[in-house]
Amino acid sequence: MSKIFQHLVSSAVPVPIENIDTDQIIPARFLKATTRDGFGENLFRDWRFEADNTPKADFVLNNPIYSGKILVAGKNFGCGSSREHAAWAIADYGFKVVVSSFFADIFKNNALNNFILPVQVSEAFLDKIFKAIENDPKAAIEVDLENQFIKINATGEQEKFDINPYKKTCLLNGYDDIDYLLSLRKEIETYEQSRPFNF
Amino acid sequence: MGKTLFDKIWDSHIVMSKPGHPDAVYINTHFIHEVTSPQAFDGLRKRGIPVFRPEKTRATADHNVPTMDQHLPIKEALSRHQVEMLTKNTAEFGVELYGLGHPYQGIVHVIGPELGITLPGMTIVCGDSHTSTHGAFGAIAFGIGTSEVEQVLATQCILQYKPKRMKIEVNGTLKNGVLSKDIILYIISKISASGATGYFVEYAGEAIRSLSMEARMTICNMSIEMGARGGMIAPDDTTFAYIKGREFAPQGEAWDKALAYWKTLYSDADAQFDVVLTFDAADIEPQITYGTNPGMGMGITQHIPALSQLDEKEVPSFKKSLDYMDLQPGAPLLGKKIDYVFIGSCTNSRIEDLRLVADFVKGKQKAEDVVVWIVPGSKQVEAQAKAEGIDKVLMAAGFQLREPGCSACLGMNEDKVPAGMYCISTSNRNFEGRQGPNARTFLASPLTAAAAAITGRVTDVREMV
Repeated sequence: MSKIFQHLVSSAVPVPIENIDTDQIIPARFLKATTRDGFGENLFRDWRFEADNTPKADFVLNNPIYSGKILVAGKNFGCGSSREHAAWAIADYGFKVVVSSFFADIFKNNALNNFILPVQVSEAFLDKIFKAIENDPKAAIEVDLENQFIKINATGEQEKFDINPYKKTCLLNGYDDIDYLLSLRKEIETYEQSRPFNF
Repeated sequence: MGKTLFDKIWDSHIVMSKPGHPDAVYINTHFIHEVTSPQAFDGLRKRGIPVFRPEKTRATADHNVPTMDQHLPIKEALSRHQVEMLTKNTAEFGVELYGLGHPYQGIVHVIGPELGITLPGMTIVCGDSHTSTHGAFGAIAFGIGTSEVEQVLATQCILQYKPKRMKIEVNGTLKNGVLSKDIILYIISKISASGATGYFVEYAGEAIRSLSMEARMTICNMSIEMGARGGMIAPDDTTFAYIKGREFAPQGEAWDKALAYWKTLYSDADAQFDVVLTFDAADIEPQITYGTNPGMGMGITQHIPALSQLDEKEVPSFKKSLDYMDLQPGAPLLGKKIDYVFIGSCTNSRIEDLRLVADFVKGKQKAEDVVVWIVPGSKQVEAQAKAEGIDKVLMAAGFQLREPGCSACLGMNEDKVPAGMYCISTSNRNFEGRQGPNARTFLASPLTAAAAAITGRVTDVREMV
């Protein structure tokens, strides 16, 4: 896992389905590993493979004309289970950015904690990206974290996206939350002493 | 201006709040289980640090454990390894474990409340999205990812942006045959699977107030299914009566002091919510889902929406969903033949659920070609059911009473619904493949599930009670 994200130009893989839950991203029966590695091979397992493990030809990850480090999906991406394995599977497969018009909260945190950038765009801009990929499966998409924009290079259309300033700093510099929390040791102990009960 | 219940608890748990930064929030109770914790313990090892407050984390094995022959070694190698890792990690880091064979073992969101570990005013997290269940006690409880599990193990704190506040009021009185599960399925069907994303929900109103603690837990449990960060209900006499005397609850003088504090935990009359939604309990009939997310639900007598009733943009995902379910737009579900019934999960596996089901099925027989799995939420629920003779009633009806665990809610163990089969389930998710590859799930209340077990079909339980 790369512990940094700054800027990317890549083609994108479209999955224009709404409410993609984390059970689709990585089904529960593949959550039995005790490390963070290797989940990519089961990314979208049941959409990607038949029960006998033969690839389903009509699923986008099995279509060689689509490739790239950006996954583009319909709204409410990552809903359901809190399994961070979903973010690990996406990262392990090679995606650095997920674009959608809406993300579920827990998935968004999990993605950021794994240096995957969730880019939330308007419905209209999401449609434009899907159109651009439809016109040219290799259409280049540019994602710039520092300046917070996403751009369809062929048409020059772009949109600003939001990210909270703390997480932006973490991604740009490769910092993680535990480093920061560990630095608060004194404040944590002071807080504990101020509370008469554990609630 | 007054404060909401959420704000009162959140604000009293802030260790550090800086502009532009997420708040560092102190966590009172951290639950862990075998599936989402091993990588977090590995992280501690890599950093060479201990668990900061081991007595504030409790562990159990629930997600992948078998629900038959729990006294024997787990047959499936990967599951066995995960459970062994939990045993090893908790021993090494000094965390209390209620593992297989322990009298307190069970689904993490069932055992916390029944042991009196879950208390009003707490902040509670777990690497499981249904942690929202504990909000029924007037706690801030929410699910987290494994990186966050590691944060809590390392520092007893978590970094979070404060969510917005939503109040959902359910006024009036529930009709006969309608349970709290129907309330929450109804709300989700009205506001969609993403209708509360970004919000923390407080449930209020007469219909909520009148519910037992078990029924309140069912409601808070499914908050995540509408995208909410969590759901909570202000504690009241029902809450205090439930907690009093439980294993880890405060006692004596500590109880009196705790109680005095807990009675301050409510939203002030002039507190401002970002959104307020109001529903009438009288409008709610027994609910059932027809699609592949929990927002795709309806009253049991209603018809699946026709394509003409949908927004054009929704049609492709809707069609994909109904194709998976092999159902037609505009069709009714009443009378639809089902193959499996699953009564269990952190949503509906508590003693009250089992009592309701036993009362209903007493003297009845399950339909011949239906498989019925009853999976109690914990060893304590199982023991209570046996003490009350519920096990005999269920077995006489032809139901299988199994041992505690998450079971067919997510099919991590052997309890999978076969491909193409229909299961009416008291769990919380009807996602594609959730109960097994290509399994088809109808979510419903324990009563609606029990009625289907008897008739073998989707049934309006009101005609049987």
